[in-house]
Amino acid sequence: MINETLIPKLGVITEIRQDTPDIKTFRVVSPEGKKLFEHRPGQCAMLSIPGIGEAMFSITSSPTNTEYMEFSIKKCGCVTTWLHAAEPGQNVTVRGPYGNPFPVDDVFAGKDLLFVAGGVGLAPLRSVINYCRHYRDRYGKIDIVYGSRSKDDLLDYQEIINEWATDSGVNVHLTIDREQEGWDGHVGFVPNYVKELGFDTNKIAVLCGPPIMIKFTLEGLRSLGFEKTQVYTTLELRMKCGVGKCGRCNVGSKYVCKDGPVFRFDELDELPNEY
Amino acid sequence: MRKISLSNLDKAFALIAENAKLYIPVDGKGGASFKLWQEGVKMSDALNTVRSAKDFFFPQMETLMEFKTEGKNIEIIDNRQEKEDFVVFGVRACDVKSFEILDRVFLSEPVDSYYASRREKGVIVSLACGRPSETCFCKTFGIDAANPAGDITAWKTETDLYLLANTEKGEKLLSAISSITEDCDGKAVEEQKKQISAIMEKLPLSNVTTEKFGAGKTKEYFDSPAWDELSSHCLGCGTCTFVCPTCQCYDIKDFKTNEGVQRFRCWDSCMYSDFTLMAHGNSRASQKERFRQRFMHKLVYYPDNNDGMFSCVGCGRCLTKCPISMNIVKVMKTLGGKEND
Repeated sequence: MINETLIPKLGVITEIRQDTPDIKTFRVVSPEGKKLFEHRPGQCAMLSIPGIGEAMFSITSSPTNTEYMEFSIKKCGCVTTWLHAAEPGQNVTVRGPYGNPFPVDDVFAGKDLLFVAGGVGLAPLRSVINYCRHYRDRYGKIDIVYGSRSKDDLLDYQEIINEWATDSGVNVHLTIDREQEGWDGHVGFVPNYVKELGFDTNKIAVLCGPPIMIKFTLEGLRSLGFEKTQVYTTLELRMKCGVGKCGRCNVGSKYVCKDGPVFRFDELDELPNEY
Repeated sequence: MRKISLSNLDKAFALIAENAKLYIPVDGKGGASFKLWQEGVKMSDALNTVRSAKDFFFPQMETLMEFKTEGKNIEIIDNRQEKEDFVVFGVRACDVKSFEILDRVFLSEPVDSYYASRREKGVIVSLACGRPSETCFCKTFGIDAANPAGDITAWKTETDLYLLANTEKGEKLLSAISSITEDCDGKAVEEQKKQISAIMEKLPLSNVTTEKFGAGKTKEYFDSPAWDELSSHCLGCGTCTFVCPTCQCYDIKDFKTNEGVQRFRCWDSCMYSDFTLMAHGNSRASQKERFRQRFMHKLVYYPDNNDGMFSCVGCGRCLTKCPISMNIVKVMKTLGGKEND
């Protein structure tokens, strides 16, 4: 019987981190304690709890992590609510990896990089950021602009503060939507902050966050002189199969699961506005 | 070419059924449908079955795998099994073509093993359409109702059934019934082909063309104001997608049984509001967007991804079954303009 992509592998949740009030990060390995499969930065995997459902999540851990995979998951539907109630030791099923990764080894190589994320939109970018940090000498300067509703809603806050911000050549710019006690950093929305910071255009930008953030950040970058060919994002639509057959995640003739989820903005211009 | 007298057809069916499950179109209350042949079951004379023949390879519901869960533990049970040999007799030209369209989806990498194993085991005996009807427009998509594809092509006259093998599978099946068939020239078949072609020319939809559609036409049609009017009465019932031989969208769901969990696949419809519904919203929130998706997929998106091939075979099922009489022909005529009328 030939291999079947719809039949998943068995995974075990070994660690659950409460990142924000509504986001938890799940560490998953095989029953033997090994990494389930290799992936590239920006790829996704289907996670399921039999009887509850199956859903697509970005793999937030870097491919350079050889021990496990991590998924940062916001509580917002059936599968995610169930996962948020789970405890370490819980089995899950995993299949993947699906989709195209960010072009980290060719287009990004040797370039300055700007990552812009909002809320749980950091999850897919964390994989890329940590990949680029791992191979630090392959890339130029790295800027990371990350914003959330409040300090408590910043995903991976400890890692950002303790690891990313202390790396040489990596600049982290955090912002929260409204003033908050105990926060002396920037206050304001991500798109405005990006414009205020005023980046030079000699770099690749990668955006991920709520649609409204992406829209205005792209406009901000355009006003700074960025071309759409320099700006990447990753899309999310409802998926069932992950391999371009179940028919629901298409935008025009492109399937987000198979032709995406990573798209360049000039590529998105070629597609109908239905995402 | 071989022929068999219609009076011997039951004998041929009995011979075929010795080695494989045989399905033939049979008349029923709601129209014809493919049924397992057994002694006494008679073949329908209906032009086509109510539902398409896609069920044979892509059933409306099938179990993909099972799970046993206990506490925090999960056991994944791959219960895929070798499929049995089967023969589908009397598939019309449109439905035969639909298999090629489905193949492009399910047999492209990564191959869908459930579909592939049925495709491997199934033998298709097609049947030329003696009397194409006014809802037929297979010709629009380059399909010849007089000369359908399949492992074996069959032509039925008043007295005989003519059989021509097109593949190795077909040759094998023909040899299994060689004792009751005889060699013949193709004169009667040529005569029937001419008659069918003459009828096709006169059909009311014979002038529908695909000229205005195909790969690369997304920008031309996506924002057309015509979608508002075309979709305005759509009930979102999904009937068109269920009777369609080329609609292939599916859902995967879990069902809790007493023993564990069954993960099954079932047909889904892009016409349904929850098809693209996510926790944070719906990318196709209105019926207009869902309606547009179905026809853009058949006329533009599928051709984009499949060397210009359309995902419609002109079987006409949606024309007869849509409760508000909306269909792909009206969409093509409206979007394609007067030239297509």
